[in-house]
Amino acid sequence: MSKGVAMSTAMPRGASRWVLSVHSLLVFLFFYAPIAVLVLYSFNQSKIIGKWEGFTLAWYGDFIAHEGIQQSIWVSVKVGLLSTVIAVALGTMAALALERFRWWGQKTFDAVLYLPIIIPDVTMAVMLLVFFGETAPLFNAIPGVDLTAGIERLVFSHVAFNISFVSVVVRARLANLDTTMEEAAADLYATRWQAFRRVTLPQITPGVAGGALLAMTLSLDDVVISSFVSAVGATPLPVFVFGMLRRGVSPLVNAVSTSMLAASMLLVLLSLIVSRAISSQSEGRRT
Amino acid sequence: MTRWIRFVAVLSVLAVVGAGCGDDEESAAAFKQCKAGEVDGDLAFFNWSEYMDPELIAAFQEAHGVTVTEDFYPSNEEMFAKVEIGGSGYDLIIPSDYMVSILIEEAMIQPVQASAVPNKSNIAPKFANPPYDPGAVYSAAYQWGTTGVGVDLGETGEDVPHSWALLFDAETAETYGLSGAITLLDDPRETMGAALKYLGYSLNSTSADELAEAEAVVADAIGRVAAFDSDQYDELLVTGESVVGHGYSGNFLWSFEEGESDYDYFVPDEGGTIWVDNMAVLSDAPHPCTAFALMNFLLDAENGAQLTNYNWYASPNAASEAFIDAEVLENTIIYPDPALMERLEFIEDTGDYEINFTDALTRARG
Amino acid sequence: MTDLLTPGLEHQAERAHARRGFLLGLPAMAYLLVFFVIPLGIVVAYSFATRTRSGRTELTGWNLDSYQRLGEEIVRTVAWRSLWVALLTTVICLILAYPLAYFISTRGPVVRNLLLVGVMIPFWSNFLIRTYAWRVILDSDGVVSQASMALGFGETRVLFTNTAIILGLVYGYLPFMVLPLYAAIERIDWSFVEGARDLYASGWSAFRRVVWPLAKPGVIAGSILVFVPSFGAYVTPAILGGNKQGLLGSYIVLQFLSARNGPVGSALSVVVLGVMLVGTLVYFRSGGRNL
Repeated sequence: MSKGVAMSTAMPRGASRWVLSVHSLLVFLFFYAPIAVLVLYSFNQSKIIGKWEGFTLAWYGDFIAHEGIQQSIWVSVKVGLLSTVIAVALGTMAALALERFRWWGQKTFDAVLYLPIIIPDVTMAVMLLVFFGETAPLFNAIPGVDLTAGIERLVFSHVAFNISFVSVVVRARLANLDTTMEEAAADLYATRWQAFRRVTLPQITPGVAGGALLAMTLSLDDVVISSFVSAVGATPLPVFVFGMLRRGVSPLVNAVSTSMLAASMLLVLLSLIVSRAISSQSEGRRT
Repeated sequence: MTRWIRFVAVLSVLAVVGAGCGDDEESAAAFKQCKAGEVDGDLAFFNWSEYMDPELIAAFQEAHGVTVTEDFYPSNEEMFAKVEIGGSGYDLIIPSDYMVSILIEEAMIQPVQASAVPNKSNIAPKFANPPYDPGAVYSAAYQWGTTGVGVDLGETGEDVPHSWALLFDAETAETYGLSGAITLLDDPRETMGAALKYLGYSLNSTSADELAEAEAVVADAIGRVAAFDSDQYDELLVTGESVVGHGYSGNFLWSFEEGESDYDYFVPDEGGTIWVDNMAVLSDAPHPCTAFALMNFLLDAENGAQLTNYNWYASPNAASEAFIDAEVLENTIIYPDPALMERLEFIEDTGDYEINFTDALTRARG
Repeated sequence: MTDLLTPGLEHQAERAHARRGFLLGLPAMAYLLVFFVIPLGIVVAYSFATRTRSGRTELTGWNLDSYQRLGEEIVRTVAWRSLWVALLTTVICLILAYPLAYFISTRGPVVRNLLLVGVMIPFWSNFLIRTYAWRVILDSDGVVSQASMALGFGETRVLFTNTAIILGLVYGYLPFMVLPLYAAIERIDWSFVEGARDLYASGWSAFRRVVWPLAKPGVIAGSILVFVPSFGAYVTPAILGGNKQGLLGSYIVLQFLSARNGPVGSALSVVVLGVMLVGTLVYFRSGGRNL
């Protein structure tokens, strides 16, 4: 695409340029101001938010020592990783099936795939709660699966909504790909698998990675579905924090929040570094 | 599109048939019999938050060599939603009075076994035969308290009327500067109940007219209400967000310690709610014996006292009185005087009528 | 090469190709069938079921009572209010996000990536946390209030109002609008804009006639991603709204919890889902392409 050069004459000029810049700055301020306040008050000595009484790290100490929170972090991480892996696998296959093939029932599947995105959280929460309740004996019969305790229910539920989001992201990527490369591979007598592995897969990797990150985020963010569906002893972090929030606003919650924020930032930076490494690697290979 | 609709329809039918088939296993399942102190595995305990002293749990775990997994719920209804289908995995739950009668009606809790819970005799006569569970066959009282009004005396002055008017009346709000500083419980039965009591009716009234009047009272007060909150009413009071709050006795007490102003809690003269939370074992509890063991443990005189000393709610355990801190026993917020006790009502389940309270509150909220 | 294939072989190849596609999609299909369609079927079934005296849902006595209840005024009020809140949120997000997305796409690659990271960090932080952050800012001792006191307006508390809810929703879902918009704008072939400029189009005209139509898919995607969760929002009103004004998400939860009325809650959920489905389909068609 004639990006770099065309941009120079297509760029906004004069007043509109100034307006755009100021607007963007304000929006960024809007994004980060609450976060700054949140982080600031996590160091507040007073238990009551809003009254600054001195700097302290006590709340972080509480956070680390708090068994309930630590356990729920562990639950969230396990559920997040497991459900992301499964959702990415299933979602990518679904995306490929829908974009690269034509088969009976495709339209129906397409429609069903969109439902988890538009369904209200509450509805999904209740229907899964009822479903697990009614089918528990069936599932428990499978060796190694115990729906009454542990993370099974959470994982099953999170995968259910994540498949759709992953497939949407990967499909967007697939739709934009140049199929001539794949056709060229076929012309050069590559088997379907070879063509996929060497041509399609590298090209959709950013899409798959994006989908994976999105799935992880949604899983870690989920409150409503998780709170209805969680089984004995498996309370994920957002549900635990929501419970804490409902009982009272306290700097402990701020400390938890700040830590979660720091973790997300780390994750983002990490993913950027990794994607940078991958793309420069493939750049290297191509030249 | 039509193909898809047919698809979903077929599946709904299958789901219904499948679900329907599951229900037939109930019949007269003989419950597993337990002996005193017997345990059959680790316990899954479902309780309200901040209601149980962690030291008691630790002591129980050590004494019986089991692990207790504690999960929390913020309301009876959420607990009910989780356990009503069955197979939730929980053993011991702490339902409130009206919820106990619902659970009994739905056969979701099992009778308390006298042989497994000998300490049950410690319970005071007043709570041994409650209206929601005659003969206390299915439940054992855990803690009890009242619902009333918490006031920031620093803002209103010492001389406030002990009346629900503080929450509902426009003039009172004017006089004491309460507009926009009132919180009500986000609970249809409690809030509509308060309005009913204010009007002089029973809070278990099933009269449509009386409920309509109560709805009007709440609707009128909405403009002056800051929030509906069943969890942070005490906190909002103590941080100065509200000046009067509708809420439960023990929670207010905890927060009054944190605040800087002068506070008071009372049940208005028109009367209010006395509520009792109870221990109950689910019918499909995987480890009923351990559950009964914990029940027995908590009904022990000293343990019961430790519980009250911890969460500042009143104990229904007569034998515990000897061990409860004097300052707790003398606190009229925790243990109201007999005259007031007369004017307190239990919330009772009204069956099909129940939904009217919820709708009345939703309509009143606008 | 195709000349060499007889019609029979070609047909077979097509069938094999279709079969492969089907098999590829099968795992996801099966999973969604079990963990989504069937549960949904159960909820649909519940909407026709009866509520026992004590609040359990019994799969007998099929009736339309729950749907009849949906005609009541309170439901309509709640629905309209939620619609209004969701629309407002979406429009505000669009107004805030569009110039930002445009701005980012006009920057050089280094700055652009930096800005994108800047947008993604809030996106990847926990939604609950970000909503909670506003609680602190909006209450009587919060920053907003302190600012208004300094300006002489006295103490203000925005918390527990509809404004607070909309603010919280906008803040929570803004990244969902920025990112698709950016993706769409970035894909535009700017030579079109350049061409328009060369033909003496004003900046605004170039935007209206070239950029806006071309970026439409992004607008549509972003709007759906913001509108849908805003319409059924539960967490944000619970934290910032003081539970005063009934919104749809809270009302549905109320049916399942306080009212212990599974059938009505299910009926409402089915209707909401149906409305969303129709709405998004129509919206899609107007935009012309996939998400």
